[in-house]
Amino acid sequence: MIFQDFVFYSLASVVIISALGVITLRNPVYSVLLLVLAFVTSSGLWILLEAEFLAIALVVVYVGAVMVLFLFVVMMLDINLDQMREGFWKWFPFGAILAFIMTVEMSMVLMSKQFSSEIIQTPEYKSVDYSNTKELGRLIYTEYVYVFELAAVILLVAMVAAIAITLRHRTDKKSSNASRQIAVSRNERLKVISMPAEKKE
Amino acid sequence: MDSFQPLFEQLFGSEWGVSLFLLAKNLLLILAIIIPLLLAVAYLTFAERKIIAFMQVRVGPNRVTFFGIPWLGGWGQPIADAVKAIMKEIIIPTGANKFLFLLAPILAITPALAAWAVVPFSPELVLADINAALLYILAMTSLGVYGVIIAGWASNSKYAFLGAMRSAAQVISYELAMGFALVCVLMMSSSLNLGDIVAGQQGGSFLNWYMIPLFPMFLVYFISGVAETNRLPFDVAEGESEIVAGFHVDYSGMAFTIFFLAEYANMILVATLASIMFLGGWLPPVDIIPFNLIPGVVWLLLKIAIMLFFFLWFRATFPRYRYDQIMRLGWKVFIPITLIWIVLLGAVMQLPEAALQSFPLNLWF
Repeated sequence: MIFQDFVFYSLASVVIISALGVITLRNPVYSVLLLVLAFVTSSGLWILLEAEFLAIALVVVYVGAVMVLFLFVVMMLDINLDQMREGFWKWFPFGAILAFIMTVEMSMVLMSKQFSSEIIQTPEYKSVDYSNTKELGRLIYTEYVYVFELAAVILLVAMVAAIAITLRHRTDKKSSNASRQIAVSRNERLKVISMPAEKKE
Repeated sequence: MDSFQPLFEQLFGSEWGVSLFLLAKNLLLILAIIIPLLLAVAYLTFAERKIIAFMQVRVGPNRVTFFGIPWLGGWGQPIADAVKAIMKEIIIPTGANKFLFLLAPILAITPALAAWAVVPFSPELVLADINAALLYILAMTSLGVYGVIIAGWASNSKYAFLGAMRSAAQVISYELAMGFALVCVLMMSSSLNLGDIVAGQQGGSFLNWYMIPLFPMFLVYFISGVAETNRLPFDVAEGESEIVAGFHVDYSGMAFTIFFLAEYANMILVATLASIMFLGGWLPPVDIIPFNLIPGVVWLLLKIAIMLFFFLWFRATFPRYRYDQIMRLGWKVFIPITLIWIVLLGAVMQLPEAALQSFPLNLWF
């Protein structure tokens, strides 16, 4: 066993244990934190594959932004575990069927020829100057530019839709308008009056 | 140091010896960065107290000295504070989640220190000279918020939780503007490596520094940096007058001190990155004889010190922003500015060579 193997197996076991923890632990905050751990460790696995851009993007996007919001929401929920447990056995067969179908689907995909070691070669070791980021950027903006732009537009539409759904125009709300506040001149707010000094009685 | 490699190979075999040697060497190098950093943090707190004291016409700490030397009055203060913090008891509230309560300070300081791995101090002096250094920095600075959120939640206190939520919203908003400002830098330098970014600013004088062509981005980056580190005037996460001390209200002793260390280490990090990316890093302001004899590290430290002085100056000068004003500044002012500047910069960079040359005084494109 060489050093890389040792690193791989330790990272992989952390990923698996934390992923199991995500679905078995009772405290949802612990689950979210373990999911964060799983993300960070799998980015370590990607670095082992010399895919540093993907690894860091995973940390920036998922750990740095998405999971923070997730944690934010989960922390504010007041979850009653007993209530959630109600009707567990009633729904168990349905859930089991879903889980079975998903397992079959995943194994059909992952055990297919596309993922066999004959088709997917071991990645070659690149020279030190090789920049993953540059290559990825070149590919995205030349070969896959339309697909990329399409994905961006879909995301934009989703974002606009999400804002449109939650946006409510309230008339009774009091809010300050910063540009109007800044535009105010002295004469509108302040009046200097001259007052003669009073005599002491 | 490399002479120890055969010893490791003898002890652990040729496969493991090399890896373990690298591990041991890197650990020593990490210590060589972190120990001066922590000392700098300690003396930054001293500098802060002294500078703000002078700005408010006070004297500041002037009692604790070393070996009773009178003109060193005050210089022993950070050491005395550190000793006091170590001796104090860490009180864990009854309702707190003990594990997360103690994990939070660790999560706060780890990214603050880890980001230093890729920071170059001179062309040769860098621990990890990696291609994706800028991305790595962004990743590490985005992790710092976990410490704050978890601290707020695990304390099981209203004030701490309010502080944590404020901080989370604020950090996420300003991260976007910060990232976009850095996008401009990497468009100019066409590299993610911090050493290459500094090398891209070479050219004889401070006019070549990215601060000049990207001046709005420099301001956006630095102000976002202040917001990201929860420093005044954006310190609503602590807001003494509203929520006592925010997310760390229930912390005491060393657990509190670690939050404190993380905040100051982040301040130094933001100052360092601002000097590397916009102020030419280790390059002298004018590349002529008296200036370029001074080693680059000195210039870098000088620039960091100036940026840190701004942090302290802000603290002494500005009143605290209201929460909705912070959000407005982040989303409605900074992000549009950065987006417009990215488009402008891209358009300028795509101009034909002849058009760029015809501009008088064009040093940058």
